[in-house]
Amino acid sequence: MNHVGKKMAELSMTVREFYEKYKKIILAAGVILCILLPFFIQSGYMNGIFCRILFYGTMAGALNVINGYSGQMCLGVAGFFAIGSYTEAILSTRFGLSMWACILLSGVISMLFGVILALPAKRLSGIYLSIITLGFSEVIRVVCLNWTGLTGGTSGIKDIPAPTLFGFVFSRPRHYFYIFLVLGILFLICTKRVVNSRIGRAWMSVREDELAARSLGVESGIYKITAFMYGTFWIGVIGAVYAPYVSFIDSTLFSLDTGWNVLAMLIIGGQGTLAGPMVGSVVINALTEVLRSFGDWRMVIYALLILVVMWVRPQGIAGASNSVLAGVKRKKESGEKTGEEAEQ
Amino acid sequence: MSVLLEAKNVSKHFGGLKAVNDVSMNINKGEIFGIIGPNGAGKTTFFNVCSGIYAPTSGGIALEGKDISGFAPEKIARLGMARTFQNIQLFKYMTVLENVKIGFHIKTKTKMFDALLKTKKYREDEKLADEKGMQLLEYLGLEKLAATRAGNLAYGMQRKVEIARALATDPHILLLDEPAAGMNPNETVSLSEFIKKINGDGYTVAVIEHDMKFVMRTCHRIMVLNFGEKICEGTPETVQQDKLVNEAYFGEGRIARGEVMADGNA
Repeated sequence: MNHVGKKMAELSMTVREFYEKYKKIILAAGVILCILLPFFIQSGYMNGIFCRILFYGTMAGALNVINGYSGQMCLGVAGFFAIGSYTEAILSTRFGLSMWACILLSGVISMLFGVILALPAKRLSGIYLSIITLGFSEVIRVVCLNWTGLTGGTSGIKDIPAPTLFGFVFSRPRHYFYIFLVLGILFLICTKRVVNSRIGRAWMSVREDELAARSLGVESGIYKITAFMYGTFWIGVIGAVYAPYVSFIDSTLFSLDTGWNVLAMLIIGGQGTLAGPMVGSVVINALTEVLRSFGDWRMVIYALLILVVMWVRPQGIAGASNSVLAGVKRKKESGEKTGEEAEQ
Repeated sequence: MSVLLEAKNVSKHFGGLKAVNDVSMNINKGEIFGIIGPNGAGKTTFFNVCSGIYAPTSGGIALEGKDISGFAPEKIARLGMARTFQNIQLFKYMTVLENVKIGFHIKTKTKMFDALLKTKKYREDEKLADEKGMQLLEYLGLEKLAATRAGNLAYGMQRKVEIARALATDPHILLLDEPAAGMNPNETVSLSEFIKKINGDGYTVAVIEHDMKFVMRTCHRIMVLNFGEKICEGTPETVQQDKLVNEAYFGEGRIARGEVMADGNA
């Protein structure tokens, strides 16, 4: 097993070097390929998968800011996803607001809930925060199920109007693909900028050693909250596009399973990396389709996959071999230059 | 000389344990101030009270005349106090330069909005953190290690990175908690030189240390704690000759009276 791990570390190094060298070309090619994809593959089924990869990947990325960069443990993704979706659904069916306006509103409302949830996060950490966020997710689902006046209760909200842009109606998965693509790219650009700034460094310092961070003047409480705000905003945004995409929502879409799914993508892809959540989303969504015939046994295969990833590559598929999660064992094996060597 | 850091009758009790009891101290601007004492004397607790990690049970701390007792550590850091930790608390999985860049947190002002739009402020802040960070690493002779992960460094180097990170906040006073712990005699000598050098460059330094040679060589004034109480304060010579200090370290037996040979470094 260690041998496999070593080989994988070497492989990831070469891939990384290659990427660094031709970064711009690769990224441009990737974007163009994504844009052209729906022209070559026109089946609604396949485009549906592409959409799922994109919106789950973006959500996993948003969760990554909370769990990966600022080192908190939020399990309540599904709750914020529900808030975003229901906000859009209610505003568009009752008040006739366009989805484009709702995207921002859903993000902001989800963010407000994020702030409320993050207030205890100032004091709590680890498993206690996990329990609170987990509970929050379920509370939101139960409210959606029972507040019939607002959310339609068990019958959900149906006929959520499709968004239009200059007369063009987004009615098929391959239309939505572009919305999710733009949001995904926007998310990655924004997050890259924030993570490589003073704010991102403050998040990471809180993750690595809160006391040391505070003694350097980093207001750890504020940065924990901003990480929550940033992450939940994007989850809400994705929720807002998801509602018209499925055109019918009810509380069953936002069960804890959805939350676990996103979390699994993040862990498998690699926490604390930009590309990780997308990679994880590709892997999990592809597997979901490939293993569909296995029915419930699929879940067992997921579990095995997570175990194998945690064992061979605890930092995730896209995680750097020198990341915080790679663990001490791997550090020594990869023969990385140590301080003493570097000094000479 | 003006008083930079003042402790007035500071006590810190943990339940019935009086970790620090009624300690008063003045650190003057431009001094190297040593705090020594046997294990468990309350030195680190006293530092923790000064830097805001604990609030004092009674008494007060004043930095440059401003009362800071009970302030949060991040607030005290902003007012110009930086510290290192007894058990090195570096951001181990970040590079040396990244560690130092976090030290510039309070000197930079980038907000979320600036980072998203890459405004002028963002670019200036990044430039400042990069350039000043490298300058600081050069100042400590760590420039070659800028891209090395902090956790991979040798122990002595990690101590230096921690000092570099603290200096990045541009402190008025620097608190060092056992900077020589785990260092060999050569490293200790160079650390002593280094502390004198930064003191010469205008930093006031307070240092907790066990290594007597180091303390006697480096500090201008020394305070001795024992069982949470201050038993002596003065120049290295005064402290060396103090009867209570000798008793605290060597007891009252024959070794202490010089009837049996003993190593003065004990």
